[in-house]
This record gives sequence, structure tokens and C-alpha cells, in this order.
Amino acid sequence: MKRSTAVIIILSGLTLLGACGEAKVGTPAADGTVEDAEISVVGSTTVQPLAELLSEAYEAVDPGVMVTVSGGGSSVGVKSASEQSADIGMASREIKESEIQDCPELVVHTIARDGIAIVASLDVDIDGISIEQARAIFAGGLTDWSEVGGTSGIITVVAREEGSGTRSAFQDLVMDDALISAAAILQPSNGAVRTTVISTPGSIAFISFGYLDDSTKPMAIDGALPTAENVNAGSYPVVRPLNMVTYGEPTGTVANWIEFILGEDGQAVVAAEGYLPVTR
Amino acid sequence: MTSGMRRTGTEKTMKAVLLISALASLMIVLLIFLFTMKEAMPAFREIGILKMLTDTTWRPGNDQFGILAMIAGSGLVTLGAVLLGVPLALGTAIFLSEVAPNWIVKIVRPSIELLAGIPSVVYGLFGMVVLVPLVRMIPAPGNAGFGLLAASAVLAVMVLPTIANISEFAVRSVPKGYREGSLALGATKWETISRVILPAAKPGIISSVVLGLGRALGETIAMIMVIGNSVILPAPITSNPLSIFLSRARTLTGNVAVEISYATGIHESALFATGVVLFILIILVNSSARFLMRRGVN
Repeated sequence: MKRSTAVIIILSGLTLLGACGEAKVGTPAADGTVEDAEISVVGSTTVQPLAELLSEAYEAVDPGVMVTVSGGGSSVGVKSASEQSADIGMASREIKESEIQDCPELVVHTIARDGIAIVASLDVDIDGISIEQARAIFAGGLTDWSEVGGTSGIITVVAREEGSGTRSAFQDLVMDDALISAAAILQPSNGAVRTTVISTPGSIAFISFGYLDDSTKPMAIDGALPTAENVNAGSYPVVRPLNMVTYGEPTGTVANWIEFILGEDGQAVVAAEGYLPVTR
Repeated sequence: MTSGMRRTGTEKTMKAVLLISALASLMIVLLIFLFTMKEAMPAFREIGILKMLTDTTWRPGNDQFGILAMIAGSGLVTLGAVLLGVPLALGTAIFLSEVAPNWIVKIVRPSIELLAGIPSVVYGLFGMVVLVPLVRMIPAPGNAGFGLLAASAVLAVMVLPTIANISEFAVRSVPKGYREGSLALGATKWETISRVILPAAKPGIISSVVLGLGRALGETIAMIMVIGNSVILPAPITSNPLSIFLSRARTLTGNVAVEISYATGIHESALFATGVVLFILIILVNSSARFLMRRGVN
């Protein structure tokens, strides 16, 4: 207990050196590397469950290391890494140019990829739409299923709230400059979005691949169904990276952990959870 | 002598302890307000209070932070809850205090108290799986069930215990002489209730409704689950003006709860500003309840 407290103090001392953002007051740490340590990982709630599993898997390999994972969202993840208030920030989207500008020292490690699927409620009688149609539907321009080849009926758009990494990735990958309609029903998690789609006839939404099951109808985009095969073949267009960001190139325990994630065992965990492994 | 001194000592200590406890709640309210205000200041300064309060567009990604749509959402859902809930609650209160035999009171009153004890997330679940599909059956274009009507119905049940309990107390506090006098003059029971007892209990009833309003304005999780959370100024979806209640909306509370976990910078500050607006609204509502109650006493 006492030793881990000391480690935390040393680590937090280290993190005070040269962080981006506002300077922090603190005592400089004693030099020397800390081999037996704690790694703090903060950020995206999409990456969080994956990171927790990876940390469990890693603790079996290297029991001396404690990985603590907490949420907060992609923006918080990037910010925490920039300010070095965490060793690793998680982000379920590309790192924005503005974020790199604020902190050029950031190093991005893509640990997996995740497709975003467009799903509809089971009563919808079409199997796919084009990406232009998807954009028009989510922007509120197309409002009836008959306009995209289905049986007439109002399209109810369900989306994630502002600030969500999934929403932000969908905005970038599908919407371009169009905005998601303000009239869309907004739900604060992938699970709540899926529940709403299940219970609302004529509804359409976007969710992470990890949440696909029989209860909703996956829509093909430009002919490609949301499957891992289609992502690997390059035919499914809506794919985002799951990133871990560090301040500078990682060293010591942090580097070992990231190495583990990108290695065979880590990527096996990624695949088992329904995400797409990254090949090096 | 010594025991007398000890008694005075204990008296003084107890007095101080009680004073500190009383001051603690005041301090806590003040600290919460100051903290929320401090966090909200950057948003007020950069966006402008007036702009925030009058703009209907909330798109943090584009630096647009208008909360008028949410103020309207909170106001309308509360209005709906009052329209649906007050008749029900008043009926309950009058029935329990004037009409019901004792054994019925003994069954009904605890069940109302039980309503107050149900966690709001359970109300939300019930609303999502039962009320939303029911509302969806109303034929109107674009009606998906999620919206003000479902939310108001959930809220009406949630504020029922507050309004019913305080109103019942107000009705019971009407002096017996009023009833007896009225009945002695030949008035029927209903005439006595509607012309004598209700007017006499009016201040208490009004303050119970206002306290219910405060409760309704602050409700969060159940609202998020059934109201749709869309940031739009609610508008009638058919030619019937009442169809405004089929419109989706977002409440002030929902705005904070849905977005706070992801917000940073000015977005986060704008959510605190939303909190400040809500705080002030609730202070206004609650102090008007006190004012009405005091006026009733005089």
C-alpha cells in the first residue's frame, strides 16, 4: 500500500515535467526508471471495455504492473495525454489537427479498428442505402422510406449526443459538411440507441460494430454489409481507428504494454471482442 | 450548583451544534451555487448570457450554445405534468381527507408514499417500454412516441405524491367549524367541498403545486429516457396546437446529464451555465411557493 502510494507520487511528479497546456506546479521527480508501476489510461468509453480486457490480459503476463482504466470520452483522453495527467489517452476517433497543434509531442498508436454500422428497425424492408442517401437521411433531408425504395413510412432518425466519439466519427466519415438533424432522437450510449431502434418502427441509427446483433437490421452501405470481411476487403467505408495516445514515444512499462497490445496476444483480445485487429 | 452549570453548558453546546447543522445546509447551497457559477463564467463571458438565453441552436461542435430550446422543453414538460398531474393529485387529496372511510385511507396513503419512493430510473424504464409505445399509437406524422407527452405523463405520476400529500394536509387543516357551518346551512357535501373547503385550503394547494413544479423541473434520468433529447424548439406537428406535446424536446437537466461526460472547455462551461439557469429557475419556483404559503397564513 505504502509502496504503491510512493509510486503514484513519483509518477505524478514525472508527469508534471513539460506537459502541454498550462504549466503545473510540483516537485521534480527523482530520476531512475520505475519498472514496477502503475499505468493510468483515460478516455473514450468505446475503447474503455477493450482496454480493461487488455489490462487483465497483460497483468497475467506481467503481474508487477497495475493498469487502471477510466472513461471520460475521447476528448478527455487526448487532453489527459497532452497534459500528462494520464500515461495513455484513449480516443475512438482520429486525433484532430487542432489537438496535434496544441501538443505536437503526441504520439498516436492505433490499437484496433472499429466499424460503425447503420442499423434500422426490423420492420424496415430495404437492405441497403447509398452513402449519399445515408447522409441525406441523417441530415433530415430524406424523411420517408419510400424515397429510398422502401414501403412508405416516416424515417425516425436516432443518433448519439454531441461529443460522443461514435457521433464524431460518423460525422467525419459519412456526413462530411452536412449536420446530423437536430430533430433526431438522441440517446447517450450505443446500448440506449439500439434499445430505441428496437422499439421504434421505421427508425434508423448508427452504432459500433460491437453492438450489432439480431435485434436490429444492419444496412448495407453502397452494397457492402457491415462485416469484418468487408472492412478488411476495403469495401465497407465507415471505419474508424481506436487509438491510444501518449506524450512522446512511450518508454518503460507504458512501451511494454503498448507493445503487448499490438502483438499477437493483444490483437487476439481485440479480435475476440468483435473489433478489427491492426496488422503491422 | 455543579449540575446546574453542567446543564447550562450542555444547553449552550447543543445550541451551537444545532446552529452549525442549520448553517451547514445554507453553506452547502451557497457553495454549490458559487462553484457552478464559477465554472459557468467562461461560457457567460465568451458566449454572452443574453445570446445563450435567446438562441435556439445548440451545436457545441460548431460553437453554438443556445439553450432556449431546452428552457422551452423544461417549461413545456412541466406544464404538461401539471395539466395531467394536478387534477389527479387534487382528487386524491380531497378523497382521502373528506370522502374516504378510514380503512381505505389506510391502504391508499401508503401506496402514494410508495410512489414517492420508486427510483426515477424505474419510472423512466416504465415510460420507455409502456408509455412511449402507447403515445406512438396516436396517429400523427413524425410521432415516434418519444416526446413531451410521454415525459409529462411520467412526471405527472412522479409529482403526484408531493402535490397529493401537501394538498391533503391543507384540506385537513381547514377548521371543522367551516364544514359544520356549511352543512348546517343546508349545503350538500360537494357544495361544502367546492365552495367552502377548497377556497379555504387554496394557499396550501397552490404551494403544493408549485413545490411539485420544482420537483418536475429537476427530474433528469426519467426524462432522458422518454423525451427524445432532440435540441429543437418544440412545435405542433399537426394543425392541432395540442400536438406540440407530441414534439420531441430536451430538458435543461437532460442537457447537462447527456453531455457532461464528454464535454471539455467552453462546452463544459456552457453545461455548467445550463445548470446555473436551472438553479435560478428552481430557486424562483421554490421561493414563490414560500411566498404563497406565507400569504395564505396571513
